[in-house]
Amino acid sequence: MKPSRFIYHAPTQIEEVLDLLWEYGDEAKILAGGQSLMPMLNFRLLAPAHLIDINRVKALNQYSLSDSGLTISALARHRDLELSPEVELAYPILHEGLTNIAHVQIRNRGTICGSLAHADSAAELPSIMMALDGQMNVRSKSSRRIVPAGEFFRFHLTSDLDSTELLESVFIPSMKRNSVGAFDEVTRRKGDFALVGAAVVGTWSERGTIEDCRIVCSGVAPTPLRLLEAEELVSGTDLSEEVLVAVQQLVMESLEPTEDVHTSAQYRKKVTGVVVRRGLARLAEQRSVVNV
Amino acid sequence: MTQLSEVRDLEKTANLGTGMLRREDQRLLTGGGQFLDDLPFGDFYEAAILRSNYAHARILSIDTEAAKSLNGVIAVFTASELGPILKDLPPKVTNPKLNYQVRLPIVKEYARYIGEPVAVVVAENRYIAEDALELIEVEYEPLESVGSTAQALKEGAPPVHIGSETNVAVHLIQQAGDPEAALKSSPHVLRETLHVARGGGHSIEARAVAARFDGPTQQLIVWDNTQAPHYVRQMLATIYGVSEDEIRLIAPADIGGGFGPKAQFYGEEVLIPWIAMELNHPVKWIEDRWENFISATMERTQTHHVEVGFDDDGRLLVLKDVFEHDQGAYCVGLKVPTITMSTLPGPYVIPNIHSELISCYTNIVPTSSLRGAGRPQAVVAMERMMDRIAEHLGLEPAEVRRRNLIQPDQFPYAVGLTFRDGSPLTYDSGNYPALLDGVLERIDLAEFRAEQIEARKSGKFLGLGLAMFVEGTGIGPYEGARVRLTNTGRVMVSLAASPQGQGYETVYAQVAADAIGCDIDLVSVRHGDTSFIPYGQGTFASRITSTAGPAVWQASTQVKVDIIDVAASMLKIDSGELVIRGDRVEVGDDPEKGVSLAEIASIANVGRHGMSVARNQPVAIERTSYFKPSQAAYSSGISAIIVSVDVETGKIEILRSILGHDCGTVLNPLLVEGQVLGGHAHGIGNAIYEEAKYSKDGQPLTVSYLDYALPTAMEVPTPELFHVVSPSPLNPLGVKGSGEGGTVPLPASVANAVEDALRPFGARIREIPLTPDRVLAAIYGFQRDET
Ligand SMILES: Cc1cc2nc3c(=O)[nH]c(=O)nc-3n(C[C@H](O)[C@H](O)[C@H](O)COP(=O)(O)OP(=O)(O)OC[C@H]3O[C@@H](n4cnc5c(N)ncnc54)[C@H](O)[C@@H]3O)c2cc1C
Repeated sequence: MKPSRFIYHAPTQIEEVLDLLWEYGDEAKILAGGQSLMPMLNFRLLAPAHLIDINRVKALNQYSLSDSGLTISALARHRDLELSPEVELAYPILHEGLTNIAHVQIRNRGTICGSLAHADSAAELPSIMMALDGQMNVRSKSSRRIVPAGEFFRFHLTSDLDSTELLESVFIPSMKRNSVGAFDEVTRRKGDFALVGAAVVGTWSERGTIEDCRIVCSGVAPTPLRLLEAEELVSGTDLSEEVLVAVQQLVMESLEPTEDVHTSAQYRKKVTGVVVRRGLARLAEQRSVVNV
Repeated sequence: MTQLSEVRDLEKTANLGTGMLRREDQRLLTGGGQFLDDLPFGDFYEAAILRSNYAHARILSIDTEAAKSLNGVIAVFTASELGPILKDLPPKVTNPKLNYQVRLPIVKEYARYIGEPVAVVVAENRYIAEDALELIEVEYEPLESVGSTAQALKEGAPPVHIGSETNVAVHLIQQAGDPEAALKSSPHVLRETLHVARGGGHSIEARAVAARFDGPTQQLIVWDNTQAPHYVRQMLATIYGVSEDEIRLIAPADIGGGFGPKAQFYGEEVLIPWIAMELNHPVKWIEDRWENFISATMERTQTHHVEVGFDDDGRLLVLKDVFEHDQGAYCVGLKVPTITMSTLPGPYVIPNIHSELISCYTNIVPTSSLRGAGRPQAVVAMERMMDRIAEHLGLEPAEVRRRNLIQPDQFPYAVGLTFRDGSPLTYDSGNYPALLDGVLERIDLAEFRAEQIEARKSGKFLGLGLAMFVEGTGIGPYEGARVRLTNTGRVMVSLAASPQGQGYETVYAQVAADAIGCDIDLVSVRHGDTSFIPYGQGTFASRITSTAGPAVWQASTQVKVDIIDVAASMLKIDSGELVIRGDRVEVGDDPEKGVSLAEIASIANVGRHGMSVARNQPVAIERTSYFKPSQAAYSSGISAIIVSVDVETGKIEILRSILGHDCGTVLNPLLVEGQVLGGHAHGIGNAIYEEAKYSKDGQPLTVSYLDYALPTAMEVPTPELFHVVSPSPLNPLGVKGSGEGGTVPLPASVANAVEDALRPFGARIREIPLTPDRVLAAIYGFQRDET
């Protein structure tokens, strides 16, 4: 469990990072928190010839909250955001998701952007970003582009980034008035990746109905999975007990989840509906809090 | 021969019975531990091992040229360069009926599991060594393979050992009474098939071996983080064809966990020292976590087909259990399944018993003992059926147990079977009703049942599970200790056995200080080096306190007599008037008059050059004692678990865990508690989390902690622990083993608790660990693809 030989680069400027990526492309990997990359190097599942350590790039080590939303740069750690009371207030679901990631030691090092770039389909953040309609600010030496979270995750451990691109930051638009969210998951151990997880977001209308509902699941498919039919079923309702039972039933009947060493497809089929229902039930509970 | 005393009353001892903090803690907690890879070796080459990536294959050719020519590579060895040591690694415990198959240190022709050593690269460092592994070209001819006992025992299954007609390794039957007749005549008979999965030991420090040939003394020095230094030395001496004095084996003072896998003997232990001699240069090999997952021995896979016959009151009439055991690719030893065979009857009076083992080879890394060693599975078979009897008759499970327990006045109790040590299975001591009562004092059954019914109304499913066990510990043949008075007037205790966190430096200082009567700060304990004491067996099978403990006691008692006799001669006073106090021997009623231990050492050990010594005055105060128990000493215990099961997700929450434990005299309550709590954590892992999974053809699927759910501190509840003390009559300290009891009952008690919680669904728990997937499958009856 020793990595193969690589050349180590420790740039301090974003431009340097982009130059290195431009020069080495396929041969290079970015090292952020290292919490996913180091194990892969040690198992020799990856053997990049060049490692570009971005930990000294000060400009990437920040996040900022404004009226329009939250921008999280490449080096902001899970723990930075988790411990921010402003972030917790503005995006309770993000805070909740973060506390479900691994353990404190890992959250101290691991980065939000690293987790998104890593694109593990059982991770919490990709689903939450999709539920919150996050946007990836992707940059290379030659171009900049914005990729909506919904188009960013291509396959298990594969994102839309090409080998010359850096995920410079992610932007999460501010949540609308009366918007609520919840994250629910089942894991084997505390801090594990999700066997099944669901990020649900919606907005309570004046009429007392939930609108613009988003339901995105972790751990059930090669990418975070948005459940459009279920969203349609619940949007415009009051999330009554009957609606919750119906959506659970729908998810259970329609989902064709993946099977892996962690659990069976049967299990995921059964329990995804449960976590979706539990997430939605928490939106229902929050209805009184948002005064509608 | 001096008359030896016994410790029966801990109230009267200065040190024994008190929960002294471990002497080891300071260095361990401040990062000062010296584990094998921390030893300041200096100029050692590092080895890495190429392992078979086929579960079964014939090796047609190995090309090591490219690897050898890599910069920094010193040498590459395969079977063809290692002819002299291609010798069998024999099983630790065997049986004449064993379908014996040779296990070599490195693959010669057939690789039989993924992880089996194929080649060794020695390089300037481990990075280069691993680079070189990738350059070795092995041409494999893949062969059919089997990845489970069920596959191995199927009609027409591919043979694990080509040429052997069957994959059965051994088929043994033990009986008491007339089980067949009893099954026919029993008013009630229940049957079930129960499966327990594979799991590993997962020491925080994996295996490690380093070796250097010392030219000036012509001695091979081997550092090995083994649980059994003398055993390894013996094996090496046999394989290398040298005398035991030509090898010095050192188990470092700090070893990060043993749990059984490090008590076995492995190919790497033969290869590394030999290669160091071949290269005439020190070499070390540090097993990494991935290697540990695929090449360190594991345990647990068993499938039990169990039947119980009982009367209308729930009294056991007969137990019949036929079980399949996974030996892995080779037989490292038969201890585990034979322990299972004799652990089955537990604390109950069972007039008729049939215990049958079908052990088989599979294309998986071999199994051997692992904390609990065959007992957790036996307890699953017995204790799950006790609950089924209660369910069948509409009785409380605790009541069914109570009616069947062996009573305190029935000891020694002959079960009618034979234990793994070859002696008749005769329990020496115990108080099983007190264990059950201890639990019932802590859980009000009527109250719990009311709460259980109430909780169901709000969709909460609570369950209570019990499991009791009797555990053979402290087995022979012997263990040794050497106790010496040093020139500085201190007492040096040298043990043959090496610890892996148990606190020997503390507890054996307590034993020696109390036997001698000196200040405990004068006693030092060292261990793990074959140069300290010529013979020993090792730390395993919860045996050291009841074998090395009495050895330390005996040797120290003899040293005390010597010390007093020397003092008597020096003071010209009758030895009966002398007492040892602090660091002096003094006249009982005139403490001014006395000599120090240092002065005694100077007279007795250093002596006066060329001068004769008085006839009654001992010289060279140094005593070595080997204690051989007449048979195993039987510890016992009970686990009670209360769970809440989420019937929508299959997640289990443990609300309470109570452990009652009887290991006889408790020499150091803190250390015993540590052992039991550690064992309990292992048991929780086995019950709910840990499972080494393999594909049908033997590919390991869980080779990192991402996939293998070892519990963390977050998953392990703190148990409420109580002791019942029934001292063993078999040794002067009255002690029995405590290293495994915390593990043994947990898989059964948790499974019983979960089945109890799910009784409204009629769910049947048949497989352990209780993953969320299995729990839901039990509730909703969906099929899982089990191999
Ligand atoms: C024991 C353990 C448990 C864990 N449990 C969880 C869990 O429950 N849930 C969960 O979501 N995660 C979990 N993780 C993963 C953890 O969250 C990681 O921190 C995260 O997935 C990756 O972030 P990182 O900064 O460490 O990235 P790194 O490991 O440094 O990089 C990961 C990958 O992303 C690439 N990369 C990183 N940053 C960028 C960037 N800015 N632009 C382009 N590419 C980039 C790297 O090249 C690499 O391929 C766990 C990790 C461990 C060790």
